[in-house]
Amino acid sequence: MSPLRQYTLLSALTVLLGASIVIALSSGSVSVPVSSIWQQLLNPVPGIEQQILWELRLPRAMAAFVTGGLLALSGVIMQVLLRNPLADPYILGISGGAAVGALSVILLGVASIWITQAAFAGALLSVFVVFGLAGRQQWSATRLLLTGVVVSAGWGAIINVMLTTSNGNNVQSMLFWLMGDLSQSRTGSWHFALLLTGLLLILSQARALNALARGELMAAALGVNVSRLKLLLYFTASILTATAVTVAGSVGFVGLVIPHMLRLLGARDHRWLVPCSVVLGGSFLLLADSLARTLVAPQQLPVGVLTAMIGVPAFLFILHQGARSR
Amino acid sequence: MTVPIVQTRQLRLQMGERLLCEQLNLTVQAGQRLAVLGQNGSGKTTLLHALLKLGSVDEDRIEIDGRALSQWSRAELARRVGILFQDNHDDMPASVHETVMLGRLPHLPAWRWEREKDFAMANQALTTVGLEHLARRDVGSLSGGERQRLAIASLLTQAPTLYLLDEPSNHLDIAFQISTLSLLSATVKRDHSALIMATHDINLASRFCDHTLLLHGDGTYTFGPQADVMTDETLSRAYGCDIRHVVTDAGQFFYPFT
Repeated sequence: MSPLRQYTLLSALTVLLGASIVIALSSGSVSVPVSSIWQQLLNPVPGIEQQILWELRLPRAMAAFVTGGLLALSGVIMQVLLRNPLADPYILGISGGAAVGALSVILLGVASIWITQAAFAGALLSVFVVFGLAGRQQWSATRLLLTGVVVSAGWGAIINVMLTTSNGNNVQSMLFWLMGDLSQSRTGSWHFALLLTGLLLILSQARALNALARGELMAAALGVNVSRLKLLLYFTASILTATAVTVAGSVGFVGLVIPHMLRLLGARDHRWLVPCSVVLGGSFLLLADSLARTLVAPQQLPVGVLTAMIGVPAFLFILHQGARSR
Repeated sequence: MTVPIVQTRQLRLQMGERLLCEQLNLTVQAGQRLAVLGQNGSGKTTLLHALLKLGSVDEDRIEIDGRALSQWSRAELARRVGILFQDNHDDMPASVHETVMLGRLPHLPAWRWEREKDFAMANQALTTVGLEHLARRDVGSLSGGERQRLAIASLLTQAPTLYLLDEPSNHLDIAFQISTLSLLSATVKRDHSALIMATHDINLASRFCDHTLLLHGDGTYTFGPQADVMTDETLSRAYGCDIRHVVTDAGQFFYPFT
């Protein structure tokens, strides 16, 4: 694909991101006209609109963007690391570990501010358990994948025990967490800093990723220090995923589908795929969350439900188009 | 005496616990083409991988350009040594053009995009192997032979000084076997580079190489100028079957009689 087309794609995605932000800020139970969004953002006038924008929608939009960007970036990394198109950020059990942490807090009835910390701790525990079991000596992609999938299944069993033994009230909060939900999400500037750092770090390795996608031996023959690269990829993807999960629970589908959509649109070179994924992943979650808030208003749906509802048809459509044009 | 491109001193090759070859002393000078022959599992691929730091051998016993392999970084080595693998993996989608461009990876500094020269080399290589009309196609849609030609184009784009070919005739029809090896052979002579090719095809080896390494698979080997090594007796011993040569007006050919 020529650089011109890649630039066009990235520009189009950036425009989409802008539109997604506007939609996320203006839609909701009280709709804020686009004209007053600008005014309120640049020059806030105290009032109900100012409160809704600054205290509710903007923080939530920021959380949606960061989560989407982190998950899509992590998905790209995992797919290359495991050289498996079905890989997603959760495949190695990070979300399972985080869920066990978060659900324990809900189950124990501890103050909900601890959910974030417990989820992060659970995610890290899972990262190190999988690495300890699969990563010590020669860690092949298959061994890593199998270990991750099995550890994941183990977490799944614990989650089911927690769900079946809890009372109704807790179960609902647990399900929201498991499906991914942004209603309680808050992000700080460090989330953005982490996303940016991850993006730059992976961009610096983008060409090596192109080589790794053709196999570890090929990458090594082309001068890539494969074992160092794999370590970097594993731990970067893990931290990105763990952070995303602590912001919004395990929002599904973004990390799996966004990279594939972009590959089908022609961005297979990781120097383009990586930044495009962050932008599209962020936009996608912004739009999904806008729908989650408005579709059955005043009730809210977990955003994870919407990512699948939009993602499945969109992905199948692009897949079908791609197959026809070949 | 010029510094050889490859030299091994008392090199020991093994696969797990199994000894393949020991005390291997090998020299490949600029302009030379070495054929590595031997039965399945005799260590041909292991040797090629060892020269590119892809196996576990004592890297102090191998010298590239007179410098111990242990002193080479992977990136440096990739500018000097390129390999054609026995099989290619393409689990992740990529176009033919993108795959060929990977050959430029070792030559580009970090954060630098490919330039006109790099694109020109890639296009030239695709034309050489007759794949230029498929440049935009997805690798997954190619036939086995086309994939092998793509891998060869990628190697040409990498333009190493030492070409390592592992079963280069895999999947190729006869015409392409000959044209590919003629091209590489000519390139090696012209650029004073070198070529090491592991193959099962004794006749391709005898036609395109000037030196032969015969691995017997029991730790021993025979190495030397082709005429010395490729005799009926030595080949028969190495392959464990009766091989005799037939002289035709197009040259001599080897044929198994039992």
